[in-house]
Amino acid sequence: MSRLVTDTLIVAERNLVRLTRAPDLLIAFTVQPVMFVLLFVYVFGGAILVPDFYDSYVAFLLPGIIVQNIAFGGFVTALGLNEDLQKGIIDRFRSLPMARPAVLAGRTLSDVVTNALSVVVLVVTGVIIGFSFDASLIEILGGFGLLLLFGYAFSWIFALLGLVVSSPEAANSLGFIAVFPLTFISSAFVPVESMPAGLQWFAEINPFTIVVDAMRSLWVGAPAGNSVWAAVVWSLMIIAVFAPLAVSRYRRAAGN
Amino acid sequence: MVPAMPMRLAEPMTEARTPVGSDPELAISVRGLRKSFGDVRALDGVDLSVAPGTVLGLLGPNGAGKTTAVRVMATLLQPDAGEVCVAGLDVVKDAVKVRERIGLAGQYAAIDENLTGLENLVMVGRLYGMSRAAATERGRELLERFELTEAASRPAKTYSGGMRRRLDLGAALVAKPPVLFLDEPTTGLDPRSRLEVWTTIEELVAEGRTVLLTTQYLDEADRLADTIAVIDRGRVIAEGTPDQLKDRVGGERLEVRLAAGSDARTAVSALAAISEEAPIAEGDTVRVGVRRRAGVIVEAVRRLDEAGVGVDDIALRRPTLDDVFLSLTGHVAETDTDEAQAEEVTA
Repeated sequence: MSRLVTDTLIVAERNLVRLTRAPDLLIAFTVQPVMFVLLFVYVFGGAILVPDFYDSYVAFLLPGIIVQNIAFGGFVTALGLNEDLQKGIIDRFRSLPMARPAVLAGRTLSDVVTNALSVVVLVVTGVIIGFSFDASLIEILGGFGLLLLFGYAFSWIFALLGLVVSSPEAANSLGFIAVFPLTFISSAFVPVESMPAGLQWFAEINPFTIVVDAMRSLWVGAPAGNSVWAAVVWSLMIIAVFAPLAVSRYRRAAGN
Repeated sequence: MVPAMPMRLAEPMTEARTPVGSDPELAISVRGLRKSFGDVRALDGVDLSVAPGTVLGLLGPNGAGKTTAVRVMATLLQPDAGEVCVAGLDVVKDAVKVRERIGLAGQYAAIDENLTGLENLVMVGRLYGMSRAAATERGRELLERFELTEAASRPAKTYSGGMRRRLDLGAALVAKPPVLFLDEPTTGLDPRSRLEVWTTIEELVAEGRTVLLTTQYLDEADRLADTIAVIDRGRVIAEGTPDQLKDRVGGERLEVRLAAGSDARTAVSALAAISEEAPIAEGDTVRVGVRRRAGVIVEAVRRLDEAGVGVDDIALRRPTLDDVFLSLTGHVAETDTDEAQAEEVTA
């Protein structure tokens, strides 16, 4: 077990060091969301009717767009794993007497660090354009924790994706096809009530909606019912399903 | 020809535990190995034996099953059937222990291009369970040995092809393994880098390591291997020392290059009497296998002269592994792109 922890940390360290060597990916994953925040707030913001509870669109949007962004954070895992597979680095790892799940665990762990970075960038951007917390410190930190947990869960989905597809490009497009509709058909960008009936039904059971509502309740005090717990349960369920799937796929990766 | 490389002191290897099970005296023992991918039989009953401290060259065209065999021996693939022991340990039952005793360097140089040379080696060392300090010390040692010290703190993406292969070899040697698997170690390298890698491999063998290397280059197997196993379509079709294999093709080859304007057909009929084999003309060269050496050249020149054929050059030579390959497989050792891709997909 201690071998698993050590090896996981070694792999995570490697991923973070290599990110600093090829900062383009890091920049893409921090600049792009900032761009989206600004576009949504200033292009759509004026046209979207938010519930009376929120004093501005940015107060409504920011928790939502951060959740969307954290789901995309796992792309680093999908792309990185796929690249390692193509370049034979996974073969090297598999020929070493290391703990087998450590390659994936280290990968998803390093996503937590990059996700934390992009959450901070987005919160700072939000505050600059008028977002303010209406919450206790505990709630604010709880919100950060929930974001990182949900992001970690999504990293396992992306880990599986990265192991299944044939190229980083394929991981990229498949990931977008899956995540974009999920995040848009949720309460992240517009109130669910404004959608047509079918979409509204989907949006209400969409885990993204649940996590976004939980974030709004934690950071701006919006009424959320049990969403915080539901969001935690969803995250844990995703991990419970996708981590074993990804690990077994990793064991079989390259044919055995 | 060979670039000057200082001889380095041999370094001790991780102790190979007294082997248990079959063929304890062998470093690698493969019996009846089979592996299929769907309907494709990549390995169809392969037997291999490698004595400690020797080099086995697994020679074959792309798609022959070489890489699949190495992947099974290096614990990356489960065999469908057969018994595979490396350093005395079963690769299925004792996979983790086998991994502590092997080094694997592949055809793609499995190094992280965004990490420096040293960082790559330190990472591998730590994954073998070394402390950061021990892994760093070992990494520096290896960089020095492979003449990469100056490039130690540069990202590996700035390395040349030959430097990458050397770093990859270094990574395979971090734990001083007694058994090394080198899968096409020089594929895609320029001639100079190829010679460098050859020299390095020869040094590793001189230290007493057992090496199994796959190659599609006959000259590489000829130079490096003590024993060669020729593999084609998932089966070992011949095995022996390079000389034994060449002997299988028969005696010497007489090669005559005709002077400009000479008729090859006349030359073929003039030479027909000196061998049981029929001479073969190819462009301005006529080749024929001969059983005896003495007097052959004189006789050939006399006969050609009588027939009025001008000769530019005439020589007797030992058969090359190219001749061996051709006579064993019935096809020349050309790389076949389709087969190569088939192996990519299945492996």
